Amino acid sequence: MNLIEVNNVYKQYKNGITALSDINLSIAKGDFVFIIGQTASGKSTLIKLLYRQEKPTKGEVYVGGINVAKLRNSKVYKIRRKIGVVYQDYKLLPNMTVFENVAFALEIFGLKRSEIRERTMQALEVVGLKDKFRSMPDKLSGGEQQRVSIARAIVNNPRILICDEPTGNLDPKTSLEIMEIIDKINKDGTTVIMATHDKDIVNKYQKRVVTLEKGILVKDTPKGGYTK
Amino acid sequence: MKPFRILKNNIKDAFKSVFRNFSLSIASISCISITLALVAVAMLLTVNVEKFTSDIEKDVTIVVSIERETTEEEIQNLKAQIEEFENIDTIKFISNEEIKKSMSKESDELANILGQYNNETNPLLNEYEVKVKDVETIGKTAKKIKELEHVYSVKYGEGMVEQLVKIFNIVKKVMYTIVIALGVVTLFLISNTIKITINNRQRQIEIERLVGASNSYIKRPYFFEGIILGFLGSLLPILISCWGYIFLYEKLDGVLFTSVITLVNPDKVLLMISIALMIIGTVVGAFASYHAVRRYLKI
Repeated sequence: MNLIEVNNVYKQYKNGITALSDINLSIAKGDFVFIIGQTASGKSTLIKLLYRQEKPTKGEVYVGGINVAKLRNSKVYKIRRKIGVVYQDYKLLPNMTVFENVAFALEIFGLKRSEIRERTMQALEVVGLKDKFRSMPDKLSGGEQQRVSIARAIVNNPRILICDEPTGNLDPKTSLEIMEIIDKINKDGTTVIMATHDKDIVNKYQKRVVTLEKGILVKDTPKGGYTK
Repeated sequence: MKPFRILKNNIKDAFKSVFRNFSLSIASISCISITLALVAVAMLLTVNVEKFTSDIEKDVTIVVSIERETTEEEIQNLKAQIEEFENIDTIKFISNEEIKKSMSKESDELANILGQYNNETNPLLNEYEVKVKDVETIGKTAKKIKELEHVYSVKYGEGMVEQLVKIFNIVKKVMYTIVIALGVVTLFLISNTIKITINNRQRQIEIERLVGASNSYIKRPYFFEGIILGFLGSLLPILISCWGYIFLYEKLDGVLFTSVITLVNPDKVLLMISIALMIIGTVVGAFASYHAVRRYLKI
């Protein structure tokens, strides 16, 4: 079985809007997949199904062999510990330092202080923010905040890194810097799934591209660019 | 060791959170303090009303006058018969000589009149002073004693005692209702304040969930935080009630209006009330925050 299997998935919201229709998708270990599409095409919904922030109305979503669609609320943490998620709005805790924001993802495992410190600093080194570990998030630029978010997502060595429009709030130069980091993480063996509508990035990296249109998967190109 | 380390982290996080959300923590602590201070006042009032009523009730006595010609043996028999009744607490014999002496002390006029009589001619009767366990049924007990042989008369302040018991019962009921109502208000106030504190951290809870923290891991720091807030909130009312009550007790010399109504000794009541306030504060704090955080664990 592939690392991620999405079988015949439908998602209809309570307000009646159908976000996804009959989605079938397989992602192998080590893949880098762009999920592209217009606004309201269903990219974010598909991404949210993977880390169980949303449940499908119908169908199965297997992540690492677990059907996350059937996971109870109280057990969701089990799947989230295997996945690192990077959000467009960074989702950093404003009253915690950079170090604390990243270390938090390890503290939940009850690791020793020394191990937490070591792994947190390593993650911050990967994103190039080792020297800003004492800073508060509001003292950082958008790009730096997104790097902290990436460090938090990878500090736990997840098998999958999910990025929901990670460059959506960043300028082109910073976006490319962020992409370099994500690409390196993928090259080190982590499977990356990234929702984006940044044409330049998709065209530059030439990875697998899954295109959604009005909730339907219309194209799945092994090495593609941003096409309508 | 991992579970202990996680627990240690949770407790540490709880302390951090109290300081990081300092203004909200102060708001919670103040709210808890105010409500617990009200509870403390109500408790002190109740304890004292309880004491006044029981003191006065204890003072109610049935005076059993014994017929003049009753022998020593018959007097003893009468005592044994009275003691057999269920409601009897204590029984004390008072000779007519003792009554004469105490009456003589009341006024010179009485002393002059009673002075004309010696032991043989003393017109007063021997008595038994009977105290009952339950003042509410004093009438029935008095009636039973009245029916015994060699009893000349039975007096216990008929009418007045019943009236007094009725009033005391109403006062007690009112006090209990106030304490219970205040208790409920306290529960709502504390839990709502803590809920507001937690609502402000909705984002934090959401992020904790997203990075893979289990529900119990998220809930525990809030539980400890509730304990900390409740504990800190109970300190001020404890100090105020202790200081205030001791001050009042010393100022009034332990009595209210008349020496019949004495205040409860601070040593006896303050420790109990302090512990009660601390328990109410910490338990309500802990459960209110634990309950409030549950709402946000469904993401």
